Amino acid sequence: MKLIYLLIITVLLAVCSLFVGVENVSFSALWNLDEEAWNIVLISRLPRMLSIVMAGTSLGICGLIMQQLTQNKFVSPTTAGTMDWARLGILVSLLVFTDASPIWKMCIAAAFALFGTLLFMGILQRLKQKDTIFIPLVGIMLGNVVSSIATFFALKFDLVQNMSSWLQGDFSLIMEGRYELLYISVPLLIIAFLFANMFTVAGMGEDFATNLGLPYKYVVNVGLIIVAIITAVVILTVGVIPFLGLIVPNIVSIYRGDNLKNSIWHTAVLGASFLLVCDIAGRLIIYPYEISVGLMVGVIGTGIFLYMLLRRKAYA
Amino acid sequence: MIVAEKLSKFFGSKKVIQDVSVEVKRGAITSFIGPNGAGKSTLLSMVSRLLKQDDGIVYLDGKDVHKQKSKDLAKTIAILRQSNVVQMRLTVRELVSFGRFPYSSGRLTAEDEQKVSEAIAYVNLEELEDKYLNELSGGQKQRAFIAMVLAQDTEYILLDEPLNNLDMKHAVQMMKLLRKLVEDFGKTILLVIHDINFASVYSDRIVAMKDGQIVAEGPTEDIIQSDVLKSIYDLDIDVHNISCNRICVYF
Repeated sequence: MKLIYLLIITVLLAVCSLFVGVENVSFSALWNLDEEAWNIVLISRLPRMLSIVMAGTSLGICGLIMQQLTQNKFVSPTTAGTMDWARLGILVSLLVFTDASPIWKMCIAAAFALFGTLLFMGILQRLKQKDTIFIPLVGIMLGNVVSSIATFFALKFDLVQNMSSWLQGDFSLIMEGRYELLYISVPLLIIAFLFANMFTVAGMGEDFATNLGLPYKYVVNVGLIIVAIITAVVILTVGVIPFLGLIVPNIVSIYRGDNLKNSIWHTAVLGASFLLVCDIAGRLIIYPYEISVGLMVGVIGTGIFLYMLLRRKAYA
Repeated sequence: MIVAEKLSKFFGSKKVIQDVSVEVKRGAITSFIGPNGAGKSTLLSMVSRLLKQDDGIVYLDGKDVHKQKSKDLAKTIAILRQSNVVQMRLTVRELVSFGRFPYSSGRLTAEDEQKVSEAIAYVNLEELEDKYLNELSGGQKQRAFIAMVLAQDTEYILLDEPLNNLDMKHAVQMMKLLRKLVEDFGKTILLVIHDINFASVYSDRIVAMKDGQIVAEGPTEDIIQSDVLKSIYDLDIDVHNISCNRICVYF
């Protein structure tokens, strides 16, 4: 598939996303500069569309970076426990720094996510058995342990309702003033693009990278910091979106290979369009109500993930 | 010239390399032979800065390797380790292009592309250059990795068991190719090799190791001698002169 077609599809989906909703907004109303129509678009629909595009793009890239650095196709922020650590971080920030600003919450969540991912990488290095399936299982178990610790404290301090709002990704509450934190992912994505070649080389392993004069540890750390911050930002604004970081890079890898130079743009664009599709479908299925995007991605993602597992031998 | 002075390396409390000093001459093939676990691969890793020694110094052209910039070293010395498991979907050409990374950080110039094509042609993989690595046979994969090292265009080339996975025809081709690199371009090649007959026929010098120490070292004809080999391998080995080559019979 050519990148340009993928881009056109994504733009069309993004435009669709602007016109889907309970309040009817038509082209002609916008054309005639109808004030109410414009208000709906600017306050609610546009922020929603932008946050979907940013979250989809950056989660796709996060998965791509993690899969490359761990040399494992089944590692992503979901399966390495990064998301669970970020949630624990948010909980801690709520408990310890009660009236922390969103930026502070993000910093603390990102720090937890980074710590958790580094821990996962450390375990990975000590593992004797480098089986492709075994590694993400370790990550999922680690994530569940962290998640239960978080739930325990949430119960104890009456924060369960608060916690569950980050459990499932949801764009319905996104509007002007509640999503701007996501813009932090834009400069991070630019850095990821600049590092693409280095991530590819680092993915060949430490010895291989050192032989080529690449500062391996530095590149890995840059990658993990990008992943940690983006994960934290997405969870804070939208909630957990499972599987996206796992599936999208894998689909792109099938038809573009694993050289990040060739695959990073496709991953970014496909991530955005995948999330747009899930969100639009979630809004239409039980219209005028909506199914949260976390659930939609979970259902569609599980199907694709199973399919990938079953045909794993064919390409991985 | 590569000079190692009193290198030692421990893994835990086990000494894998003990007080090893060795000099490797330029423009020649030097083979490191010896039984399994003798420390040959570890020595090569330390010489190429992949592994830090616990004691001693490695000088590359008179300078301590661990005090040089990794990026500059990558233009002088290249190493290929034994196990190159690739799970990534990369084409042969993409892999070989990595060899130009020290020069262009991934943004290849026309000159880089030229060098990549030359390296691929050198190992006869032109027809497969757009194939993914996981579609190749073990031997083809091995040649693709060698091509990457060639594209890196370094004065020193260190290969850890380059004949692994190669059938007889390709093993001979590989050794002839290495010989040609020495003769045509004056490269310096260090090999870890298990087949002593390949070592005997194609190398200029041989370093024999056992239990983390060097037990014999010198020009090939001085090392390929029954009594010397007996002390290295604990095995009775007859050495015969067959068409000007010294061939070991040990079956």
